[in-house]
Amino acid sequence: MILFFILSKAPGGPLTPYLQNPHITAADIARLKHNLGLDRPVYVQYFSWLGNVLHGDLGYSTSNSEPVVQAILERLPATLLLMGTSIAFSLVVGVAFGIYAAIKPYSIQDYVITTFAFFGQSMPVFWLALMCQLAFAVVGITAFGYHFALPSSGISYGDTFDLGDRLQHLVLPALVLSFLSIAQWSRFTRSSMLEVIKTDYIRTATAKGLSRQVVVLRHALKNALIPVVTIIALSAPGLVAGAVVTETIFAWPGMGRLFINALGQFDFALLMGYLVLISFLVVIFNLVADVAYAWLDPRVKYD
Amino acid sequence: MESTAPLPVVEADEDFQLQRNVTWRRFRRHKLALVSSGVLTLIVLVAVFAKFIAPADPNYIDQVHWQGYPLAPGAAGHLLGTDENGRDLLSRLIYGAQISLTVAFFAVVMELVIGTVLGALAGYYGGAVDYWIMRLTDVFLSIPLLPLLLVLTAIVSASSNKAALNFGVIVLIIGGLSWPPAARLVRASFLSLREKEFAEAARALGNRDGRIIFRHLLPNAVAPIIVQGTLDVAGVIILESTLSFLGFGIQPPTASWGNMLANAESNMSIAPWVAIFPGLCILVTVLAINYLGDGMRDALDPNMR
Repeated sequence: MILFFILSKAPGGPLTPYLQNPHITAADIARLKHNLGLDRPVYVQYFSWLGNVLHGDLGYSTSNSEPVVQAILERLPATLLLMGTSIAFSLVVGVAFGIYAAIKPYSIQDYVITTFAFFGQSMPVFWLALMCQLAFAVVGITAFGYHFALPSSGISYGDTFDLGDRLQHLVLPALVLSFLSIAQWSRFTRSSMLEVIKTDYIRTATAKGLSRQVVVLRHALKNALIPVVTIIALSAPGLVAGAVVTETIFAWPGMGRLFINALGQFDFALLMGYLVLISFLVVIFNLVADVAYAWLDPRVKYD
Repeated sequence: MESTAPLPVVEADEDFQLQRNVTWRRFRRHKLALVSSGVLTLIVLVAVFAKFIAPADPNYIDQVHWQGYPLAPGAAGHLLGTDENGRDLLSRLIYGAQISLTVAFFAVVMELVIGTVLGALAGYYGGAVDYWIMRLTDVFLSIPLLPLLLVLTAIVSASSNKAALNFGVIVLIIGGLSWPPAARLVRASFLSLREKEFAEAARALGNRDGRIIFRHLLPNAVAPIIVQGTLDVAGVIILESTLSFLGFGIQPPTASWGNMLANAESNMSIAPWVAIFPGLCILVTVLAINYLGDGMRDALDPNMR
């Protein structure tokens, strides 16, 4: 069944452009008839484009003739930094919240965390971003006699790399991007943890006289995380979408912003390149999730 | 097999009544869901009767008081102030509700129709039909929805102009792309339903496949579809507002909660209220729908969580 899952995921990458390309060439022909090769039949273009993609050539940007691969690779580190920070942060906080809520179900803590999770899932990312800018960048925080304000846009003040400066710029976008995933993941950790805690082997562990902490963190957590991994893998597309919005609002020079700019200029080579790349990222994310499965659950074997 | 045990005699109508009472009682226990349905009813009513409730025309510019920057809440009879063009914020919010809710409603209806039909076909027939429909679903699920939507809307506006991005186009694009989760859900319930005795009986009676699918199996799969649909309305409201916020959704001057926020960012230091209220509307609506969906899920099938 797992083999089937991987196999079914695999066509997602290469087939992705196929869904897109006919539309894109139709619009391209209308706009750029004089351009090379666009008078060929759509499927010929598609296959030549696909061939190039397989060679790592995504074509040239139609707005400034920059190679698409180069444009995207330039922006990739910033996006990976943002998404990586956000994923790591949400994983730690989300799972911790979930465990905390599950230990004492229907207590005040549980109620607060569950309510927070509902808010997180209902919050439009772009509005949260605006509100964070308003609170932390425009108004700022006054505490201990000092006035703090975080930068609301960009990735750094100067051209040279400075860790403190980078972190300052990273805080708000990463927080905003993490919000939704923390909400979702804590909710799933909670319900999955509640299931696991009810099982016999947990009662056995408790009966052996192990401390609550050891039982929860060593015995229960590993099993409780198995369904959570699925949810994390499924939320990859959402994270990518969130990154688009977050990067746009915080002027973070990543791929998402590149994508929005490309949209404004109808730069289809760039758009296609971006879609191919993010689909690829999502597939990689799923692969990582599968590996995590095998680690969490020794019964899962891939052959 | 205890085939000799007498069947409990329950009138069909009575049985239905009973089931409905249980469901309703479970729903009422979920207090937040109850409150949410009240809030939602209110929002829907306001949206429907926007014409009578809104204090001003949403596109009317208060040229008497407006001097190039947003008016503060309460100033010159504008309860929530005005936006950067001197248009009454409250009226725009009310008309924005109309747009945002109708887009969400129609997009979800479309999504559920496509998802249900494809999911039912895949689940009922299995085999090659199932394989290809599910591969198609996987392909759609592996592409992040928002970028895909953005590209499609960009294509529409590139092939004619931005004004072509009207209400109908947005609904078609969102509805046409967000069906895969619904299809999966329906397929899953059809896979088990088609093996049930009553399905076999329907087949044995010589019913056509179409009749079995829509008259016999579908009514039994309706509960999860409704829950999914409710939660999807929330999702689509966020999607539409994000699209509109980025400038590729509902086009101004038509007010939508999303595009009202689009220009708010640049004025945020002098006029935070322009940024706060539309987002608050989205948050409250979506929150209410999510709670409602949660309550419905608990009520219709406690095992579904």
